[in-house]
Amino acid sequence: MSRKIDDATMDNVEILAKLALSDEERERAREEMEKILSYVEKINELDTDRTEPLVHILESGNVFREDEVTNGSGKEESLANAPRKKDGQYMVPKTV
Amino acid sequence: MEEILHMSALELGKSIREGKISVSEAAESCLEQIRRKEPDISAFLFVDEDGLKQRVKEVEEGIRQGRYTSPLAGVPVAVKDNICTRGMKTTCASRMLENFVPQYDAEAVKRLEEAGMIIVGKTNMDEFAMGSTSETSYFQTTKNPWNTKHVPGGSSGGSCAAVSAGEVWMALGSDTGGSIRQPASYCGVTGLKPTYGRVSRYGLIAYASSLDQIGPIGGNVKDCAAFYDVIAGKDEKDASSSPVPVETAVWKEKEDLTGVRIGIPREYLGEGTDPQVKQAIEKAAALMEEHGAFVEWFSLKMTEYVIPAYYIIACAEASSNLERFDGVKYGYRSADVQELHEMYKKSRQEGFGEEVKRRILLGSFVLSSGYYDAYYLKALKTKALIKHELDMAFQKYDCILAPASPSAAPELGTSLKDPLKMYLSDIDTVAVNLAGLPAICLPCGMDSQGLPIGMQLIGDCFQEKKILETAAVYEKLRGSFPVSWKEEM
Repeated sequence: MSRKIDDATMDNVEILAKLALSDEERERAREEMEKILSYVEKINELDTDRTEPLVHILESGNVFREDEVTNGSGKEESLANAPRKKDGQYMVPKTV
Repeated sequence: MEEILHMSALELGKSIREGKISVSEAAESCLEQIRRKEPDISAFLFVDEDGLKQRVKEVEEGIRQGRYTSPLAGVPVAVKDNICTRGMKTTCASRMLENFVPQYDAEAVKRLEEAGMIIVGKTNMDEFAMGSTSETSYFQTTKNPWNTKHVPGGSSGGSCAAVSAGEVWMALGSDTGGSIRQPASYCGVTGLKPTYGRVSRYGLIAYASSLDQIGPIGGNVKDCAAFYDVIAGKDEKDASSSPVPVETAVWKEKEDLTGVRIGIPREYLGEGTDPQVKQAIEKAAALMEEHGAFVEWFSLKMTEYVIPAYYIIACAEASSNLERFDGVKYGYRSADVQELHEMYKKSRQEGFGEEVKRRILLGSFVLSSGYYDAYYLKALKTKALIKHELDMAFQKYDCILAPASPSAAPELGTSLKDPLKMYLSDIDTVAVNLAGLPAICLPCGMDSQGLPIGMQLIGDCFQEKKILETAAVYEKLRGSFPVSWKEEM
């Protein structure tokens, strides 16, 4: 039942996860994922053809409120946590 | 001092209100015990000695002026380090958030401060609440106060160990798959995981949003009930918090359990459960039956599918929730990067620990195109079937009685080697999260090594009052449970 994670799938997962794994980490992660996946595939034993997926335990529907700022701008405090900043803005490496 | 430390939180609150003990005496005895125990236990990531002085003054004044009237006003508490505290570092025990200082308080923190409770510090945990032993913390290893060669459990291991070691009367924890109940069980303390949506998650750093809940940890049932009263209720800032009115936890004391129907699921005490755990649960059941409860064993179907469904759903949500940590606005940023995408990847690679990365990868996989239906959607359908089985059980029973873990606390250094094995040990706790149910864990025995064994009383959604009442009667019947520490003078 175990589905082997091939190189292309592993590449894609790494991109989605935004992680730069070393070769060794990548192999270990792949092995462990395969082990865990073959265990969780146990749910395939269940007949769920007539079962609706359950996302929310409490049926509340959407909750709306006015989009009003109630806690001030907090600009200084926010920027205080920035790894790098300049002139009141976040600084990131060159993007283009 | 010893006398103060042996009081319950409610007794301490009462003595403070009556002027018999000052808030500064309470805080000082707490700090003294922390100085005494921390070298062995390492429950705290941060103790706010400086902030405490100011806050003690403010609370003393507030109580005098009638601003703080809660039964827990003046009581020192600890807060798990994934719950935001304004101006106080909140790290999730991760390198990623090593220097993160929130600019706002979590709603639960705001409420406990409005009740006049005093935050002593922040407690250690598994990194981003991912783990069952608190060993995945980037910073330190917390030890079980009953035996420092053993784990305190996790992920709220620091909060439970701090209460168990008498360092603090109460603590806040969070529970996504058992993270309050399992460490409470290992540390011999009492912890409540409320109904999903009962306590606002605003300011709780998200792991799996559909499962996360904040809850109280303390030395007994009534303390937890009083703390629950402080933090529960609707909050506009958490759209998933419930508008259902909170049934006050102040109840008429009952002497026995006449009329209470308790079901014990056979699957929770089968193969793989330590016979000593089984014995302790059976003993608790017999005691409750003797005192009026109707107790029956039953079969809770779907139990073998709870771990697969839980890990698929939790990892999927984690991979999405943790996407925000990219090194741009806050958190860790890799030092030597030239390009934006490289910065994301390297910062995350270096900032997250192994278990967190494993769950992000697993979550990314089950949500990826081509696998989404087979894993994630299938897990949500499985969750529906699990919920259905529990709904049926609650038509017959007021409470489900179960262990909180198949064994007492394992030794340090034995769990992380085999992640799947560690996941499997969550068998007794995760169904409660999948179904959004409230559950309390309290001590019911000791194993041959002198480590505590805990039991869960699980209720239907919003039936906190029922499980708290039942647990309080059981606690009285059981008698006082030993404490892990003695005054070493």
